[in-house]
Amino acid sequence: MVKAVKSFRGGIKPRHHKETAGLETVKMPLPSKVIIPMLQHIGAPCTPLVKKGDRVLVGQKIGDSDRPVSAPVHSSVSGTVTDVRPFLYSSGVEVMAVEIKPDGLQEVHESVVPPVCKDRESMLKAIRESGIVGLGGAGFPTSIKLSPPTGKAVDVLVINGAECEPYITSDYREMMENPEGIIRGIRKVMEITGIPKAYIGIESNKQDAIGKISSYLKESDNIEVVSLPTRYPQGGEKQLIYAVTSRRVPAGKLPADVGVLVQNVATVSFIAEYFKTGMPLIKKKITVDGGAVAKPMNVEALIGTPIKEIFDFCGGFSEEPRKIIMGGPMMGVAQYSLENPVLKQTNALLVLNGIEAEERKESVCIRCGKCVSACPMSLLPLYINANVVRGNFEETLKYHVNDCIECGCCSYVCPASRHLVQSIRIAKAELRKMAAKQQGGKN
Amino acid sequence: MDINLLAGSSPHIRSGDSTQKIMRDVIIALLPAAIAAVCFFKVQAAMLILVTVISCVASEYLWCKITKKANTISDLSAVVTGMLLAFNLSPAVPLWVAAIGGAFAIIIVKQLFGGLGHNFVNPALAARAFLMASWPMQMTSWQKPGWDAVSSATPLAILKYGSEASGEMPGLWDMFIGNIGGSIGETSVLALLIGAGYLVARKVITLELPLAFIGTVGFMTWMLGGESLFTGNFIYHIFAGSLMLGAFFMATDYTTSPVTFTGRIIMGVGCGLLTSVIRLYGGYPEGVSYAILLMNLVVPLIDRYIIPKSFGGGAVRNA
Repeated sequence: MVKAVKSFRGGIKPRHHKETAGLETVKMPLPSKVIIPMLQHIGAPCTPLVKKGDRVLVGQKIGDSDRPVSAPVHSSVSGTVTDVRPFLYSSGVEVMAVEIKPDGLQEVHESVVPPVCKDRESMLKAIRESGIVGLGGAGFPTSIKLSPPTGKAVDVLVINGAECEPYITSDYREMMENPEGIIRGIRKVMEITGIPKAYIGIESNKQDAIGKISSYLKESDNIEVVSLPTRYPQGGEKQLIYAVTSRRVPAGKLPADVGVLVQNVATVSFIAEYFKTGMPLIKKKITVDGGAVAKPMNVEALIGTPIKEIFDFCGGFSEEPRKIIMGGPMMGVAQYSLENPVLKQTNALLVLNGIEAEERKESVCIRCGKCVSACPMSLLPLYINANVVRGNFEETLKYHVNDCIECGCCSYVCPASRHLVQSIRIAKAELRKMAAKQQGGKN
Repeated sequence: MDINLLAGSSPHIRSGDSTQKIMRDVIIALLPAAIAAVCFFKVQAAMLILVTVISCVASEYLWCKITKKANTISDLSAVVTGMLLAFNLSPAVPLWVAAIGGAFAIIIVKQLFGGLGHNFVNPALAARAFLMASWPMQMTSWQKPGWDAVSSATPLAILKYGSEASGEMPGLWDMFIGNIGGSIGETSVLALLIGAGYLVARKVITLELPLAFIGTVGFMTWMLGGESLFTGNFIYHIFAGSLMLGAFFMATDYTTSPVTFTGRIIMGVGCGLLTSVIRLYGGYPEGVSYAILLMNLVVPLIDRYIIPKSFGGGAVRNA
């Protein structure tokens, strides 16, 4: 194990709330139905390949797209398609979704066989067919991330095991329960990409995960565990790369521009499993926690499971839930309905009670500068906010608004409870609209 | 189950910090100096603090009532302004003058410019400057600490005009604990440092601005304050006057100081230069409050031009 070389400036130290860390993952029983949206990644949505009444099997591809940036989706159960209908994400985006009623047989589709690969190209194709996307949260199709970028020499693979968001322990559980799989996945990614060196970054508050992974590493592996300072957002891509390699990703550039590829621990672990069994991405480890959950747990759930059934499995609600978050409390998405399904990127479900979800009233900015000290990207959130409030969206470009990684540290520390990162999102969206309009005007 | 879910944009948790908590910390940090003030200047100091605080809070309350705005006295910022104003007054200042100062600070300097977070100069210092201009006699008659109101010069006046004109220079220890003439809250370096330490520990203020301020004053007075170059009595200059109070408690005022590290260094050095120039070459023996007021005016400019590069550097990206 080595210590992180560099530490980013700013960040916050919220309470960890990692009380579920010691809880072994429990496999969920078959849900009463699954809802599988056609867009669970960054890129083009898939087109449903099945229609109402069709019988589908486990691992069967039910949605795909011929666009370059996309990832297919698969059925997580065997059963009958009961509906193909629009589904509204909590983010406001509407996509098609396939609803399936399981028959309880869990019959596996004939396509599910270990992929036979001769070369890099066929391996990348297999990765695409597996439906895997970045499981760290962003959901960028992994096959594209692993494709060699033209003219860019990538020499370091960084595996993200930071898990810096409070509450979430699903990656930690993966590291404890499947260290061997993670390492096999890393070797596979190194084989596919030809990257000679890999680091696994793990926050220092997960000492036993650091120990566990280290104990499975062989000298010949050229893989090293890096202990990272425990500070949010240590798992942010640019912050992680800086900590492990002391390389800074310039604004507007990608990790590949500094010779780095980043993969999440859950992603590489899946890749190892996939090359062994050929089973595409149909299940996820999920931390279920929060003040209103009767029995916080780590569960393994099928993709498409309505979140209500997961809460029922965890003993239901101990008190009235006020906010349900998919993901962590810093960057997760609040859900509007208990019918919403588990997605590929879902790593946690949090149910906050009235006290935890309480939103204090916004008061005036006192210019304390706490948002400036907390910003890991060295931005001035207070001035972006002031300009957004006045509707001066173009002015926010001067404050590098598009470099914001939306980690939420600014809003977290603000003593006036101002909606800082929230207003930054508005600015980004307005600027995108303005740019699109300009483009349209020219043509 | 029929449930009513909140659906807001992340983050979904907050640190629990609030404006009121910060102001409460500032008040706590000012208490050692307040106690020192009462020890050295007795009842008059206690009365001054009481009158300015009441005047500030009452002015804020009435302003909010009259303008039909949500009442803001619970954020405690008016209490801080009141205490700081009192700290900047000579023990000989009549209470009615102090009361007018409090009302001026809150209504003219703070509320007329938009209230908390919008005033362009420090309200307490602006009020002090206003009182200096209006009642110069009452504002500049200094006393020796103690029960008997014996008039005395401040150490800075002694430094400036010489001991023949102004009396014997007090010892360094007296200056450190505050047993000297001056404004009631500025004399005890010890008490102010205890308060400043508390503010730093509570992360209410950071040290770059105060240290740049004090360091600049120290260097400038050492270089230019003596008979020849680099012979100035800089330790006296650092301990005397309202430098400690100004550097840790007034220049760091959130609303009227820059938000970036570099900006705060610029402000600190600027305050230090102006203070030294006024002390050494100006008409007044003390220049801290005018230096801060002048630098307050430059803060919007500093913040406009000091925009840090994003992490990783690189060009400004368009949407």
